[in-house]
Amino acid sequence: MDSESERSAGRDQPSGDETGQSFGSPETRRQFLKQFTVTSAAMALGSQLISSSSANAAEKTAPISAEGAVDVHLKVNGKDYALKLDPRTTLLDCLREHLHLTGSKKGCDHGQCGACTVHVNGRRMNSCLCLAAMYQGDEITTIEGLGQPGSLHPMQEAFVAHDAYQCGYCTCGQIMSAVALLSEPVGPEDAEVKEFMSGNICRCGAYQNIVAAIQSVRQNTNRQKAG
Amino acid sequence: MKPFELTRADDPGQAIAVAEKANTAQQGADIRFIAGGTNLVDYMKLNVETPRKLVDVNHLPFDKIENLPDGGLKIGATVRNTDLANNPTVRKNYAVLSEALLSGASPQLRNMATTAGNLLQRTRCMYFRDTAMPCNKREPGSGCAAITGVNRSLAILGTSEQCIASNPSDMNVAMAALEATIHIRGPKGERSVPIGDFHLLPGNTPNRETVLEPGDLITHVTLPPPSPGNRSFYLKLRDRASFEFALASAAVVITADGGKITRARVALGGVGTKPWRSPEAEAELTGQSATQAVFQKAAEAALRDAKPQSQNGFKVELAKRCLVHALKLVTQTA
Repeated sequence: MDSESERSAGRDQPSGDETGQSFGSPETRRQFLKQFTVTSAAMALGSQLISSSSANAAEKTAPISAEGAVDVHLKVNGKDYALKLDPRTTLLDCLREHLHLTGSKKGCDHGQCGACTVHVNGRRMNSCLCLAAMYQGDEITTIEGLGQPGSLHPMQEAFVAHDAYQCGYCTCGQIMSAVALLSEPVGPEDAEVKEFMSGNICRCGAYQNIVAAIQSVRQNTNRQKAG
Repeated sequence: MKPFELTRADDPGQAIAVAEKANTAQQGADIRFIAGGTNLVDYMKLNVETPRKLVDVNHLPFDKIENLPDGGLKIGATVRNTDLANNPTVRKNYAVLSEALLSGASPQLRNMATTAGNLLQRTRCMYFRDTAMPCNKREPGSGCAAITGVNRSLAILGTSEQCIASNPSDMNVAMAALEATIHIRGPKGERSVPIGDFHLLPGNTPNRETVLEPGDLITHVTLPPPSPGNRSFYLKLRDRASFEFALASAAVVITADGGKITRARVALGGVGTKPWRSPEAEAELTGQSATQAVFQKAAEAALRDAKPQSQNGFKVELAKRCLVHALKLVTQTA
C-alpha cells in the first residue's frame, strides 16, 4: 500500500453535518492527542513559533483533487456520507481517515489479523481488503454503531465483564466478529467458537477470556429464547 | 498501490468488452475483474498485481446456487465461499466441498471470497509476494528464488525448473475430486472447461496459470450429479489448527459396495502446482477392498512422481499419510 497517497487522500473532509462528529465524550481521544501534541510542540519551540490557530489551519487542508478521485456514497452506522475518494481507498482507511471512525483498527492491512473487521449487510468482513467505492448502497456497521458508553452492546459488556482484552488494539475487531458469530452456524462448544474466531488475532493472548465472553452472551441469548 | 480506474459492470457483455482490451488475463494483466478482492487487493497492496483498470463484477447475475435437472449443481461465479459451504445441497451431496471451503481462510474472508475468485487464487510463495526477489511467475526470466531458498511450504508435484509454487486453494482440491466444470463467457462466445484442464502446469511459462484469455469471464461452475451412495471427505494438515494453508490435504469421493470400492476420486492439495487429481491413486483403489494395505498402495501411487525440494521432503510422507487417513475415515462409515 502506498501509505503516503492514502494519507494525503485522507485529508478531505466529508461534507455536511457529519464532519467533526464525536462519539461518546465531547472531546475524542484523537482530538485530545492532537491538542496534546500541539501543546508539547509549542512548549518545545516557544509559543511564538506555533500558534494554536496555525495548527488548526493545518488540520483543515482543502479537499485534495486527486486524479481519478470518484464520488462515493456510503451508509455507515445508519448515516449517509457523500465522499470524494481515490479509488485505492480501502473501506478501513475511509472509515478511519475520512469518517474519523477510528474504532476499526489497522493491524496487518492484508486480511490476516481481523483488527479491521466490520459488518457489511450484517456479515463480517475485513475492511482492509474492501475498496470503499465498491460498497456503495451497503449497510456498513462499525464498533461505533454497535454500542456507545452508557448503552453498550451485550457483547461489549461481556468483554468488559470477562476481562477479554489487555492492550485493546484487537478488541473492536474481536467484538465485531463475536457479534457476527451469534448469527452464524456455530456449534455450542468452545472449540467451535475458537475456530470461528480464528480470523481475529490477539497478540496479548486474551483468547481464553474472549471465548468466555462470547459463550456468556450465547448462553444468555439461549436462556432468553428458552424463557 | 498503483493508481487504477474502477468501473462497475452491470451486465456480462459490458464486463467482457472492457476486459477484452487487456494485454493478458494472466500475471501482469492491466485490466482485472474484481469480486471479493481478498486475493487481488492483497496483491495490489504488494504491487504484485498492478492493474490500471478494475471491473467490479459483483453486480452481475452470478450469485445463485441452482439444482440442475440432471441432479447436478450450478454454482454462480460470485457465490461467496460462506454461502457455498452452508448450502444444504452442497452439505448433503458434496460434503467434501463444504468441508474444504470451511477449512480455508477465516469467516471474514469466506464472507467476501467468491467461487470464481477462489479458482483463480494465486500462490502464497513468499518470493512471488516479494517484488524485491526474483520470481519467474511474477517476472518471467528473473529466476526462481524458492528453489534455492525457503521452500518448505511449496510444491512437490507438477513442478518445473522455473517454478515450484503451490496452489493454495482448498476449494479447488474438492472441485477437482468432484470433477467440476468451469463455464466461461468470452469475446468469442461461451465454452466449458473441465477443472483438470483449467489450471496449467508451470513448465517454462509459470506466469500462465489458467486457460483464461483477455475478456474471459467465469460465469459459473457446474458439478455432476453425485455418484449414488458415495461418501466424501476433506482432510487438511497444516502448521496451525485453523486459518492456515495446507501443507498437505486430500479430497476423497468414494463409493463402496459391501466393503469393495466401486468408484474413487482423489485429489491432493498443498503439494501440487495445481489442484492435484490423482488418477494413479484412483486406479489402485477401484475394485479393491477398503483396507489399509490398499490405501497405502494408492498413496504410494499418488506420490510416485513427487520431487521434493531442499526443505519440503517431509511433504511426501505427510501427503501419503494424509490420503491414507482420509480414505480410512471416509470408508469407516461407508
